[in-house]
Amino acid sequence: VSRTLLVWCPDWPIAAAGIVEGVPTFEPVVVIEANRVIACSAAARDEDIRLGLRRREAQSRCPQLHVIEHDDGRDARAFEPVVAMVEALAPGVEVVRPGVCALAARGPARYFGGEEAAAEHIVEQVAQGCAVEAQVGIAEGVFGAGLAARSGTIVRPGETTAFLTGFDIAAIGRDALVDLLRRLGIRTLGDFAALPAASVLARFGFDASLAHRLAAGLDERPLAVRVPPKDLDVSEVFEEPIERVDAAAFAARALAQRLHDTLAGHGLACTRLGIEALTERGEELHRVWRHDGLLTAAAIADRVRWQLDGWLHHRIGRPTAGIVRLRLVPDGVIAHAGLQLGLWGDVGAQRDRAHRAMTRVQGMLGPDAVVTAVLGGGRDAVDQVRLVPWGDERLPERPDEPPWPGRLPPPAPATVLVDPLPAEVLDATGARVGVTARLAVTGAPATVTIGAEPPVEVVGWTGPWPVDERWWAPAEASRRARFQVTLADDRALLLSLSGMQWSVEAIYD
Amino acid sequence: MAASGATSLLIALLAAASQAGSWCAIVGMPMLGALAAAEAGIALDRLALVPHPGPEWSTVVAALLDGVDVVVAMPPGPIAASMSSRLAARARQRGSVFVAYGQLPGADVVLNSKHSRWEGLEAGRGRLRRREMTVVARGRGAAAQGRQARFFMPDLAPMNAGWDGDKWRRRDLKRPALTLVSAAPEPEFEKVVGL
Repeated sequence: VSRTLLVWCPDWPIAAAGIVEGVPTFEPVVVIEANRVIACSAAARDEDIRLGLRRREAQSRCPQLHVIEHDDGRDARAFEPVVAMVEALAPGVEVVRPGVCALAARGPARYFGGEEAAAEHIVEQVAQGCAVEAQVGIAEGVFGAGLAARSGTIVRPGETTAFLTGFDIAAIGRDALVDLLRRLGIRTLGDFAALPAASVLARFGFDASLAHRLAAGLDERPLAVRVPPKDLDVSEVFEEPIERVDAAAFAARALAQRLHDTLAGHGLACTRLGIEALTERGEELHRVWRHDGLLTAAAIADRVRWQLDGWLHHRIGRPTAGIVRLRLVPDGVIAHAGLQLGLWGDVGAQRDRAHRAMTRVQGMLGPDAVVTAVLGGGRDAVDQVRLVPWGDERLPERPDEPPWPGRLPPPAPATVLVDPLPAEVLDATGARVGVTARLAVTGAPATVTIGAEPPVEVVGWTGPWPVDERWWAPAEASRRARFQVTLADDRALLLSLSGMQWSVEAIYD
Repeated sequence: MAASGATSLLIALLAAASQAGSWCAIVGMPMLGALAAAEAGIALDRLALVPHPGPEWSTVVAALLDGVDVVVAMPPGPIAASMSSRLAARARQRGSVFVAYGQLPGADVVLNSKHSRWEGLEAGRGRLRRREMTVVARGRGAAAQGRQARFFMPDLAPMNAGWDGDKWRRRDLKRPALTLVSAAPEPEFEKVVGL
C-alpha cells in the first residue's frame, strides 16, 4: 500500500461560502442542505450547534446565526485555487471531494527532505497562496490518511493498521452498516478489522467487505490523478508598438495560426475567443467574441484583425498609444469532432458570407450593435421581442407557452416607439377620455392630439385592452389600458392610458 | 414616404425575399416592430438589425452588402449622389440589393405608398384587421413609365370567417403578406430600390 499525503481543509463548505460570498466565517455560520445543518463554523460549534440539526433549532440556539444554502458548485469552484496551489508543489493530485485532495507522499517527501517538511511546505503554501487553513495527514491509503489529517498526524510507515484500531466504527461512513455493527457490539475499526474477512463478505456483502479492508488499513485503490487543465493561451510581445492596421493584420494572422495549431494539437476547438491587448501606456483592452460554430484559423485571424482595426480606428475610446502585447484566450473549449456543414453546400456558403459580414460590423461597432430578434411571450410588441447580439444563443426572454391575456391581436404594429409620445384624447364634449376601475370608457374618443400637432378627428376606435403587469414588484409594475384608433388622416395608432396620461405606444405604419 | 404605410411596405418587400431564403439586414431603424416582421413572414434568424449604426452608417452598409442579400438602411440625412452611386456599384458587384428608407438619388426603382386605409375598426367595436394600400412605383429603364397597384395587407380571411384564437397563438407565418388586388403589373426590382 503506497504512502498517501492528504490535504484536508476543515469545514470546507463554510470556508467556500466565505471565499465566494464573503460570509464572515469567524462568526456563527451554518451550511444547510435539505433543512439540516451539514457544516458549521467554529463559532457556531461553541454555540452548541451540531451537524444534523434542523434549521429552526440551530437558529433558536444561536439567533445571530448566518444560514447559507449548500451549493456543490460553489464548494468545487472555491477549491480549485487550493488544488492549483498544491499542484504547484507536487504533481499528481486527486480531488477526493471539495475540501479534500490526496497525492502520493513519496515524491514530495524526497524532494523536501522528509514527510514532515513536505507537509509543512504544503500547509504553508496553501495558507499563503489562498488564505485557507489546511491540515495534512500521511498514512498508507487515502482512508487512513483522511483520518490522520483530522488530527494532523503523520503515521509511521507500517503503523497504519495500528493507528486505525482506536477509531470509532462510524469512520467507515456507511450509516446502515455502522448501525448494524454497533448493535452487534462492534464499536471500533479495530474490532471490525479483527473479524474474519470471509465471514464479513458472506454475512454483510461486497460493500461491507470493502469497508472491512479499509478498516484493516488495506486501502489499495490507486489515486485517480487529475490532469491539470492545459494552458492554451497564446500571446505575443511586439518590440515596435503596433499602430497601423496592416501591421496588426500581419500579427493577427501569425497569432491566430499559433492558437489554432495549439488547439488542434490537443484535439480541441473553441467557441468563444477572448482578445486582450496592452498598449504602450498600460491601457488594457479586452473583448470576447462569440461564435455559434467552431472557430477556424482564418476565422480567428479575421476576428483579431477586425478587433484591432476597431480599436485603432475608433473615434471614441481609442487607445492613446500603440499595442505592445496581444493575447488570445480560447474560451468555451470543446473537443473538436469535425465541423458539420449544411446538407446543401450552397446554403452553408451563403450563411458563412452573411456571418462574416455581421461579424465585421460587430468589429466596427461592438458586439452589441448587431442584434437579431427572438420572439417570446408577453403582452405588447416590446415585451414579446428580445434583441440578442448576433452569434449568441437565441433564447426568448419569456416562454411563449402560458396564455397572455390582454395580448393584442394581430396584425402587430410596424413601428414601435422606443419612447412613447405624450398625447391627449378628448371626447365630443371636449372632456378627457378616461377608463373607470371597471374598464368602462367615460366617453367615445373624438379627437387625438399628439404632442404639439393640431388635433385630429377619430374615425374608429376600439378598446380597452387592459394590462396589469407585475403588480407584485413595484419597480416594474405597469397598469395600462390600450386602444386602437384610426384617425381622419388615415393613420392607425396604438394608444395607451396609464395613470391619466395618454401616450402613443406604436403606429400601425 | 409620402403617406403612412411605408414601414409595412418595407416589411412586405423583405418578407418576400426572406421567404425565398435570403439574408436581410436593417440598418438604423430602432423603431421597427420585429413582431410585425415575423407576422409578415420574415425569418428572424436570417434578419440582422443594426439599430444604431452611428456616424459611419455608409461603412456599415457597405460591409453588410458584402455578405447579406438585402440591406435596408434609413440614412440619418440626405445622401450625396456620389455615396449613393458608390453603394449602388457595391451592391451591383456583390449581387445584393440596397434599399434606402428615405430619399436616394439615382435609385432604379422608387416605391411609394400613396394611400392606405385600415379596415375593421368602428366606433368602439372591432379591431384593426387589414389595410388597403395603393403603391406607386416609378423608376428608370423598364420601370420608367410608372405603375400603380392596390394591395391588401395583411391578406386575412374575409371578415365573416370569425377570429381563430388557436391560429393566432400559433402565429401562422406561412400566410402571404401581400396580395395583388388591381390589374397593374408589378414592377421588376432592379439592384437598387429607393422607397
